[in-house]
Amino acid sequence: MTEQMTGAQALVRALEHVGVDTVFGIPGGAVLPAYDPLYDSVKVRHVLVRHEQGAGHAAEGYAQATGKVGVCMATSGPGATNLVTPIADAYMDSVPIVAITGQVPTPLIGTDAFQEADISGITMPITKHNFLVTEAADIPRTIAEAFHIASTGRPGPVLVDIAKDALQDMMEFSWPPVMQLPGYRPVTRPHSKQIREAAKLMIEAKRPVLYVGGGVHKAHASAELIELAELTGIPVVTTLMARGTFPDSHPQHMGMPGMHGSVAAVGALQRSDLLIALGTRFDDRVTGQLSSFAPNAKVIHADIDPAEISKNRHADVPIVGDCREVIGDLVTIMRNEHDEGRKGDYSEWWQLLNGYKQTYPLGYESYTDGSLAPQYVMERLSAIVGPDAFYVAGVGQHQMWAAQFIGYENPGSFINSGGAGTMGFAVPAAMGAKMGRPDATVWAVDGDGCFQMTNQELATCAIEGVPVKIAVINNGNLGMVRQWQTLFYDERYSNTDLQRVKRIPDFVKLAEAYGCVGLRCERPEDVDATIRKAMEINDVPVVVDFVVHQDAMVWPMVAAGTSNDDIKYARDMAPKWENEE
Amino acid sequence: MSRHTLSVLVENKPGVLARVAALFSRRGFNIDSLAVGPTEHHDISRMTIVVNVEALPLEQVTKQLNKLVNVLKIVELDNAQSVQRELMLIKVRTDSESRSHVLELVNLFRARCVDVAPDAVTIEVTGTTDKLAAFVKVLEPYGIKELVQSGMVAVGRGARSITDRSLRALDRIA
Repeated sequence: MTEQMTGAQALVRALEHVGVDTVFGIPGGAVLPAYDPLYDSVKVRHVLVRHEQGAGHAAEGYAQATGKVGVCMATSGPGATNLVTPIADAYMDSVPIVAITGQVPTPLIGTDAFQEADISGITMPITKHNFLVTEAADIPRTIAEAFHIASTGRPGPVLVDIAKDALQDMMEFSWPPVMQLPGYRPVTRPHSKQIREAAKLMIEAKRPVLYVGGGVHKAHASAELIELAELTGIPVVTTLMARGTFPDSHPQHMGMPGMHGSVAAVGALQRSDLLIALGTRFDDRVTGQLSSFAPNAKVIHADIDPAEISKNRHADVPIVGDCREVIGDLVTIMRNEHDEGRKGDYSEWWQLLNGYKQTYPLGYESYTDGSLAPQYVMERLSAIVGPDAFYVAGVGQHQMWAAQFIGYENPGSFINSGGAGTMGFAVPAAMGAKMGRPDATVWAVDGDGCFQMTNQELATCAIEGVPVKIAVINNGNLGMVRQWQTLFYDERYSNTDLQRVKRIPDFVKLAEAYGCVGLRCERPEDVDATIRKAMEINDVPVVVDFVVHQDAMVWPMVAAGTSNDDIKYARDMAPKWENEE
Repeated sequence: MSRHTLSVLVENKPGVLARVAALFSRRGFNIDSLAVGPTEHHDISRMTIVVNVEALPLEQVTKQLNKLVNVLKIVELDNAQSVQRELMLIKVRTDSESRSHVLELVNLFRARCVDVAPDAVTIEVTGTTDKLAAFVKVLEPYGIKELVQSGMVAVGRGARSITDRSLRALDRIA
């Protein structure tokens, strides 16, 4: 059955058919035809944001909290280019979003028309794929393809740029359309030979580590991971993108590896003889200097994206496949191996690792002048709010403290900008997460620098009834940059001081101006009461200005470009590794 | 560094060349030569890309290319097991005295004279990179006024075709 309608109506109908319930966006000239039928849709709620960047990050937050594809919409030219940052962010963190942009009418494309930008050209290197649609008849098929590409294989952002005349022209609508993607065939089933090879190495190894990345949660394989870890007794590290995929409270959890990882996690990787890398990509923030990363380890590397395998570190056993299938197969084969009496012995390894854990727990400095340590705020948030909430961080010191000092027990409960490191991510992403999961408590943990990049979305939250809670960790500085200036630039604080003493802006007043509740907390003894008060307010967004000590630093730290072996757990404090051999 | 010849089957759609070119520049891969054209199937174009990389980055190149949604298939053509050709048009300065010498070289290289003017001839020559380089060298003394060269095209020797399976995939859609 076909039906006559405009391209714009077909677009809205297609979005309804693929299951979209929320779209974040801002209308404008070229995309206006789409906004007219959108006005009538009862299935799709459009959320009018205050800046397109907010729409993009909201779509990311929505996608990560729900596991569905997030959708953002903007007009041509500057509307579309404002989506570039969140699209790049989604590309780096493999977040499934579809960005729909209006384009100038087909006859004007290429003429430098008003609000024209070649957004498919601009986003070519930061999208999994993109489309320029110039025929109304192509709209339903393109939308179906875009959602399929975004959500399958290694997820990622897909942009659909639609010329205004394609939105206005009449077409015959039918559903489902036939997708035409002959070149798109993601491999999800791992090769059984590779699984056998992996099992062999896991049994032979004396010092194996499960190096778990964001791909494990994206494959919904947390339960399988716990099963594999408990079955084999192999220690686990969870990267920034994998926090919560393996419970922090689990005795086999070593913590987060990387530049600001725990000594136990970094030490486990460095001293390992076998890395079982699952859905992770050997990012430079994890490996430190690549040539000295885990120097004695063989590598089993499983990822759904073949291009990640052996990209940075050679894989002895490459496994291309969906992590859920890979880990499931590993569980089965290891169980069989155990039944036949073949089991790895990691007892000496555990002795060493437990030593690291006990000797070098995460710690921080408290202040005698009564000022507030940011890490303490995280600990109390974690204790009072608990592990069932979503925590959404921006980028910088507060992000690392949120990764370190909040206890994550549930996969996907920590949402942040990992690969791209996009300041300003937290507020709009928290908004998107809360809209996707209105039943859940959503806390944004933001820095005062980040917060000032995207806090206009507080207006959206207040007007649309999205009661997120935002902890601004206010140290009055671009804190992470300042930390590097302290350590590597002779304490010359070039352009990192946000002039907190002047209280411009006053975050409490700012919150109130946006129709939110604003709270302020400056002393450790007030932290619990402030968090409890924020938890009691569930009808409007709450912003808490936690005024913290400006000199607090993130430790441990592996300085950029240096070896993980040179990790410091406090300034000039290096852990004592075992005496090798 | 070593040269590798990749045959890349792509969907015949606008923007595909830009995607491939953008991928090479973004990932820092060097292209020595690139040729694009239609194939026996109107929905498929074929690119022949000569890259100059080590073996490990070559694996990265092919894996990254494979991730492009419009790329159907990539085959590395072994130099010994494939026929490789480039086309060159050369405009050489000639006068009544030197013309016969130049034409003799044209014959020796099995090239063809495609245009003659009182003071120049234009020559068409095909061959491998080495042959074309040798031809240019012998013509240089006469004065090369203009030179234009295509990218390399290549096809595997024997009866097998690399397009068969991709065609079947396309047929399934149609």
